Amino acid sequence: MNTGSTNTEQTVAVSVTVNGTPYVVDVPPRRLLSDALRHDLGLTGTHVGCEHGVCGACTVLVDGAPIRSCLVFAVSLDGTQITTVEGCCADDGEMGPVQQAFQDCHALQCGFCTPGFITLITGYLEDNPAPTPAEASEAIAGNLCRCTGYQNIVAAVQRAAELRRPVVEERASRSPGEDR
Amino acid sequence: MKPSPFTYHRPHSADEAVELLRAYGDSAKVLAGGQSLVPLMSMRLAAPEHLVDINRVEALQSVEVGEDEVRVGAAVRHSRLERDEEVYGAVPLLRQGLVNVAHPAIRNRGTTVGSLVHADPAAEMAAVLLLLDGVVELRSATDSREVAAADFFLGPMQSATGPGELAVAARFGRPPPGSGSAFVELSRRQGDYAMCGVGALVTTGQESEITSAKVALVGVGDGPALVDVTSAAAGPGGAFREPQLAELLASQIAPESDIHASAEYRRHLALVLTRRALGQAHERAAA
Ligand SMILES: Cc1cc2nc3c(=O)[nH]c(=O)nc-3n(C[C@H](O)[C@H](O)[C@H](O)COP(=O)(O)OP(=O)(O)OC[C@H]3O[C@@H](n4cnc5c(N)ncnc54)[C@H](O)[C@@H]3O)c2cc1C
Ligand code: FES
Ligand code: FES
Repeated sequence: MNTGSTNTEQTVAVSVTVNGTPYVVDVPPRRLLSDALRHDLGLTGTHVGCEHGVCGACTVLVDGAPIRSCLVFAVSLDGTQITTVEGCCADDGEMGPVQQAFQDCHALQCGFCTPGFITLITGYLEDNPAPTPAEASEAIAGNLCRCTGYQNIVAAVQRAAELRRPVVEERASRSPGEDR
Repeated sequence: MKPSPFTYHRPHSADEAVELLRAYGDSAKVLAGGQSLVPLMSMRLAAPEHLVDINRVEALQSVEVGEDEVRVGAAVRHSRLERDEEVYGAVPLLRQGLVNVAHPAIRNRGTTVGSLVHADPAAEMAAVLLLLDGVVELRSATDSREVAAADFFLGPMQSATGPGELAVAARFGRPPPGSGSAFVELSRRQGDYAMCGVGALVTTGQESEITSAKVALVGVGDGPALVDVTSAAAGPGGAFREPQLAELLASQIAPESDIHASAEYRRHLALVLTRRALGQAHERAAA
């Protein structure tokens, strides 16, 4: 990323919490969140496909909501909580419900698009914990996959909903009234 | 695919924002959701030297449902407006339009006012602003003014927002009682900009006769086209007279051919989708 002007380029200290860990990174304002995650924080689970908002591979959760990390500057997100695919695992570090569902349903082939789907679906199920097949297919419509033909991904959305139900119930019973 | 360097500014008030816009003039741009600006910068189609990030300006975050209108601040994201039940109760057309804007992940970041200022010829919310007799509030360091929807969209990617001006809010009028609305569109892939989109607002009287019917079309010209089609209403409970509809539309739209659709196909879509939107809006007005 040496453009010849880096020595004079402004940098800004950005504080973010990524997957529960606080970080402070010094980045130029033009640093896309996708690049900050991959290059500055070494979290290469977030993939970059098109870099202009079309494919969804770079999707991460910001304060719980899915967004495209190639369409925001890291500096704009100072003070936020970010979840990447690395943070979509279970509390004990084992596979999370969406990851497990992808394995169960054979919802990936090359895996390039998968991090974007995992984060998107993780965020989506918080909003709609029991989607119908039609809702599931609409939920993933903004992300592209060149391998699977989508059917197994739609099935994985529903499977994940099933798998996370006990987890959510347990979480609710541990901290009553605290909805996430 | 990386933006060129710029200096970042994060004002905490609208005063501070317009002062920055005045100071840096043409070399500055407002950064709202960035869902249109960031890709343009990554492709180096835009290279502003200064970005004024308005996302932390508290005063631009509010949605106010008033007696006559709904006022939406410049930092309000599409998804927030879409989910607001009070807004939906007051002006259902807002949600009906918003669900057609891009994908949820883009609506989680993009702003409704940003999409008005960006003025893409296929932007749904431009049609919604026109149908609801909306107004955009603009402010500079020295002046404030209001621009009616009819005067706001000047051409493709061109709104009345001048250099140094910040759009602080958009106001959407609440339709009169007895109104129904709908938004329908067709795009190559769900969530893409539409080849043609049509919003409709139908108002009925005491005898459930149609007293007013308007449509606004996007994707079929340089900007959104508002067409009053009241004269094509066939009477109580009746459908719209198609030849009249076609005639009314023809004079107001100027579709062009591109890789997504030919001009002729867009013209065809305009009529079909207008009929559908009016049908749905009329049904809801009667309900
Ligand atoms: C893949 C994809 C698909 C999309 N599909 C659609 C679609 O179907 N329909 C649709 O309508 N949109 C679509 N969009 C665009 C999206 O709706 C954007 O959110 C919107 O166009 C711009 O809003 P923003 O807040 O992101 O603005 P930004 O990208 O931050 O800004 C856009 C422009 O407006 C200016 N601006 C923004 N806010 C202000 C303000 N308050 N005052 C002065 N100037 C301002 C900026 O300087 C910039 O020039 C799509 C985007 C993507 C990436
Ligand atoms: S890389 Fe971000 S949407 Fe394609
Ligand atoms: S699994 Fe290969 S792109 Fe989706």
